Amino acid sequence: MLDLDSMLAVQLHDLVVSFDDQIVLDHLDLDVPAGKLFGLVGASGAGKSVLLRAILGLIPRREGRIEIFGLDRVAASAEELRELERHWGVLYQQGALFSSLTVLQNIEFPMREYLDLSPSTMREIAMTKLEMVGLAPEDGDKFPAALSGGMTKRAALARALALDPHIVFLDEPTSGLDPIAAQEFDALIRTLHQTLGFTVFMITHDLESLRTLCDEIAALADGKIAAVGTLQTMLASQHPWVRAYFAGERGRSLLSPVHAI
Amino acid sequence: MKPEALIEFRKNAEELEIVGSGAWTAANAGRLDALIGAESRHDRSRVKVDMSGVREFDTYGAWFLERLLRDTEEIESQPAFGLPDRFRGLFEKVHETNRRRPSKRKGGKGLIGGLEGVGRSVEGAANETLRYLDVVGAVVIDCIDVILVRRRPRLASFTHQLDRVGVKSVPIIVLLTLLIGAIIAQQAVFYFRRFGAEDYVVDLVGVLVLRELGVLIVAILVAGRCGSSYTAELGSMKMNEEIDALRTMGRGPIEVLVLPRVAALVFALPLLTFIGSIAALYGGGAVAWLYAGMEPGFFIARLREAVSISDFAVGMIKSPFMALVIGIIACAEGLKVKGSAESLGAQTTASVVKSIFSVIVMDGVFAIFFSSIGM
Repeated sequence: MLDLDSMLAVQLHDLVVSFDDQIVLDHLDLDVPAGKLFGLVGASGAGKSVLLRAILGLIPRREGRIEIFGLDRVAASAEELRELERHWGVLYQQGALFSSLTVLQNIEFPMREYLDLSPSTMREIAMTKLEMVGLAPEDGDKFPAALSGGMTKRAALARALALDPHIVFLDEPTSGLDPIAAQEFDALIRTLHQTLGFTVFMITHDLESLRTLCDEIAALADGKIAAVGTLQTMLASQHPWVRAYFAGERGRSLLSPVHAI
Repeated sequence: MKPEALIEFRKNAEELEIVGSGAWTAANAGRLDALIGAESRHDRSRVKVDMSGVREFDTYGAWFLERLLRDTEEIESQPAFGLPDRFRGLFEKVHETNRRRPSKRKGGKGLIGGLEGVGRSVEGAANETLRYLDVVGAVVIDCIDVILVRRRPRLASFTHQLDRVGVKSVPIIVLLTLLIGAIIAQQAVFYFRRFGAEDYVVDLVGVLVLRELGVLIVAILVAGRCGSSYTAELGSMKMNEEIDALRTMGRGPIEVLVLPRVAALVFALPLLTFIGSIAALYGGGAVAWLYAGMEPGFFIARLREAVSISDFAVGMIKSPFMALVIGIIACAEGLKVKGSAESLGAQTTASVVKSIFSVIVMDGVFAIFFSSIGM
């Protein structure tokens, strides 16, 4: 049953994902509360993207249950899945904008597929989205190849938000952006999160984003969730990888209350 | 179940009252769009808005409300139209958008616009010719460098390409030219029989295949089979910034990618033409034997009389030039690919169409040339 008012946006139970005989996610449990900004960290190759792709249904799982707003993908009917897919938005790491469509056409694409709107209304709402993510109206007629990294991320976010989703998955939203652009993008996500009230599930490596943005953080190590909770919980964790990540040199200098000089 | 009311318009003596209710969200966007569109005839100079009945509200709802109110002059309402507090931030955000139209690019209309279009396409064609000449020049320069041993030839790449365009093309080329030879022979037998001139089938098949058809069919096949893959390969490398990476390492794409490919094609096409022509003669001979009862021994003896070495030479001389044109067009089109997947498709199509066109035109030019020197 799809329940958009559910307290838990994503529920993973006993999840196992493997490629041939290599187990990537090993009996993993995770609850993502609705309406929160949830961050997932983990070493490169720890399986963060695999986890995201498993939640999105892009790769099969071997065991366990994945529920998104109470809906289990395996048990769901085609209609329920379609309904679910309409209520989530995904920002891929490289943007994944359709290269043969302009930015506005990219934003209109999900609307065209799911909603019955007149072309002029569609254009106006796409323009609204475009401006809400901080792009100029002129950027709407550009093709993705003509956009800078930061603009691509913004345009892709506008497309992810096209249908006013209840949950947004962000795959390393600030990777490849300079610190100023990354900070602006974090602020944008926060503002939109506050205005539109969606749940955010983001994979990130950016300690600054974790510090300023995320309400709750989960750390993925050895195919399991090593620690979950607020930043304070992370800093207090005894798990060796979590300690190394948050208490390492970069972690300390960014996260300590008094910035060391 | 009756769908809930979303919006109601009440027309009073001096003002229009708009009452919103229910879920103003993406799910109801289609209905809201239709309802608001249908009511556009009302005079909206004075409106009163009451949104206190709205239960859910998202960007779609906010935009519909904003659009309803954008042209009105006088709005009588309680603060923020009675919109529940939690939706006000969103409405204020949406309120600020869509204020400015993007500046449209100026484009001429009518006669001037038409002339502008003609001018642009002439300019485009000129630029394209220059681009091809640029690639030809670069290939020639790199070729000379390799010959003068100033640069290491890329033998591994060359042999790999030779295998791809040469060896792996043989089966399909043999099959198709065999069939074409057979078809020509069958048609020739059919018509020549009426005049009792069946022997001339050998002349027709021999001259046609060796001079024109062998090389033409093989070149067209190679353009479709190998030219397209050259364009797609170079194009996706360009999209992936691999070509830029090569450049920054001090190795031009012409030297590393284009030269081995073009050279392999120039080397392979004469061989393929030879194989194809022989296959076509076999096809013709087989049909002449099975269909017209012409003994193979007779066919070969007659062929020796009918064709001269110059017929064979004409076909073979043409083939490296055609290979050069196919290779250059395919690689130049590949390097022209821009960022989008669509552009890759467009350039691949252009590559095949242009190389087949050029091959046929070149064949005509060669025909004139050879007949004027008496070959």
